[in-house]
Amino acid sequence: MILLDRVSKSYSRGGKPSLDRISLHVEPKEFVIVVGQSGAGKTTLMRLLTREERQTSGKIIVGGIDYDKLKDREIPLLRRKIGVVFQDFKLLPNKTIFENVSFALEMVGMGNQEIKNTVPRVLEIVNLTGKEDNMPYELSGGERQRVAIARAIVRQPKILIADEPTGNLDPKHAWDVIKILEKINRYGTTVLLTTHNQEIVNKLKRRVVTIKDGKIVSDRANAGYKI
Amino acid sequence: MSGKRRLITVWRIINNGVVNFIRNISLAIAAMAIMVVTLTIVLFSLIVNYTFSHTIYQITNKIDVSVYLKNRVTSAETTKLIGEIRNLSNVQSVQYLSKEQALKAYEQQNSNNQQLIQAATETNNPLPPTIIIKPVNLNNLGQIKSFLNEPNIAALQTDPPSYSGQEKEAIDRITHATNVLQEIGVIAVIVFAVVSVLIIFNTIQMAIFNRRDEIQIMRLLGAGRGYIRGPFIVESIIYGILSAVISVIIINAAFQASSGTLQASSLGLLDIGYANNYFDSHFIVLLTVELALGIVIGAVSSMIATRRYLKFKTR
Repeated sequence: MILLDRVSKSYSRGGKPSLDRISLHVEPKEFVIVVGQSGAGKTTLMRLLTREERQTSGKIIVGGIDYDKLKDREIPLLRRKIGVVFQDFKLLPNKTIFENVSFALEMVGMGNQEIKNTVPRVLEIVNLTGKEDNMPYELSGGERQRVAIARAIVRQPKILIADEPTGNLDPKHAWDVIKILEKINRYGTTVLLTTHNQEIVNKLKRRVVTIKDGKIVSDRANAGYKI
Repeated sequence: MSGKRRLITVWRIINNGVVNFIRNISLAIAAMAIMVVTLTIVLFSLIVNYTFSHTIYQITNKIDVSVYLKNRVTSAETTKLIGEIRNLSNVQSVQYLSKEQALKAYEQQNSNNQQLIQAATETNNPLPPTIIIKPVNLNNLGQIKSFLNEPNIAALQTDPPSYSGQEKEAIDRITHATNVLQEIGVIAVIVFAVVSVLIIFNTIQMAIFNRRDEIQIMRLLGAGRGYIRGPFIVESIIYGILSAVISVIIINAAFQASSGTLQASSLGLLDIGYANNYFDSHFIVLLTVELALGIVIGAVSSMIATRRYLKFKTR
C-alpha cells in the first residue's frame, strides 16, 4: 500500500538530510506507528507522502501511484485518495462542523442527498453527533481533532495518515482519538500514525517504526516504545 | 465531470462565496469602504469632466465669424457664397441675416440703449446683410479667414469679417484655457481610475492574505484550484457590485442635496445643474461603468491574489 525505497530528503543542498535513505513497506490494512523524537524526520516523512514536499532521491509509491510520475495538476487527485489528520487540526475556521466534513465531498462534486446521508454517519463514528452546526472555535481540542478525522475518512480513503494527531491534546482526549483510529483501521483502512507519546505506543501493541536522525533504527511488530 | 456535477460545483462555488461574504462581513466592510471611496471619486471626476466639457462647448459655441455683405450683392450671389462656405471643412453651421433681420437682431442686442436704436431705423438702415459662420474648431480659423480674404470674395464685403466683435485675442485665450482644462480633466479621470484600481487591488490582496491558511488547508485536502479560488472571486465580485451601487447612491444624494441648497446651481465653471442633469440622464450608463469597474477589478485582483497561494511547491 505504501512503499518507500531508499528515500532521502535534504532541505538544503549539501546539508544534513532530514531523511536518509529510508525504506519502508506498509501492507494494506496495517496499523503502523512511526515514533521518534522531535526533529527525527517523522513530519518530513508525512509531508513527502502527502506531496507537500518532494523527495530528493529514492522512490515513493502509494496506492499504486508513483510520485516521480505525478504531475502538479494530479496532486489534488492524489490527496483525495489519502486521508490526512494534522497535529494542528487544520479545520476551515469559517465553516461549521458539518461543512468542514462535507467540504471533502463537495469539492469532488458529490450530490447533495448523498452528502446529507454520509456526513451524519461519519460524525457518528467520531462521536460528534449534535455538533453539526457548531463552528470550530466552539469545540474543544479533542473534538476538533475528531472533526478532522471525520473529514479525513468521509471519502473512505484506503490510507489514513495521522501526523501527531494527539500532540495538542490531553491524555483522555488523545486516547479518544486513538480509539477512533483503531476503529477506522478495523473497517479496513491502512493507518500510518506518528507520535512521540510513549503511553499510546505501549498500549496499542502495533508495528512500531523508530526514526532517529533521519534513519530507521528499528521496525518491530507488536512493539513498545523505545528510542 | 458530468454536466450535472459541473452545475452543482458552480452552484456550490457561488453559494460558498456568498456565505463567506456574510461570515467575513467585518473584513468585507473594511474592503468595501475603500472601494466605495475610490469608486465615488472616479464617478465624481467623470461627471465633473463632462460638465467642464459642456461648459467649454457653451462658451465656444457663442463665438462666430460675421461676414458683412455689400447691399448690391444679389440673392443668387449670396446663395452661392453660403454654399461655398458650407463646403469648408471647419464650418459647423451658417446663418444668413437679411438687412431687416440684422436690424432686428441689432435692436434686441441694444434694447436698453434708445439712442443706438433711434440711430438705425427701418427707413434708414445702415446694417448690411450678414452671414454668421460657426466654426468647428476655434483654433483653426485660418481656413475660413483665407477663404474670406480671396479677392473675389472680399469684393462682396463692405468691411473685413468680424471675429466675434474683434475679440479674437480674448477668445483665443479662453479656448486655450478651456483646452488645458479639458486635458487636465481627462488626465485627472485617468489618474483617479488608475489609483483606485491599485488601491482596490491592494485591499483585496490584503483580505485574501488574511485567509491564506484556508487556501492552504483546502489544497491539502485535495480541492481543485478552481474550487478553492471560485468562492474568493465570487466574494470580491460581491464587493465590487455593492461598492459600485453604494457609490452611485452617494453621488445621487450629493447632487440632490447640492441642487437643493445651491440655488445658483453654478459654482464658477462647474455647472451643478448640468452635472445633475447629466447624472440623471446617463444614470444607467454611469451605473454600468461603475459596476463593470467594480466587478472587473474585484475579479482580476482576487484571481491574482489567490494565484500566489495556489502554486505547488516543487522543490
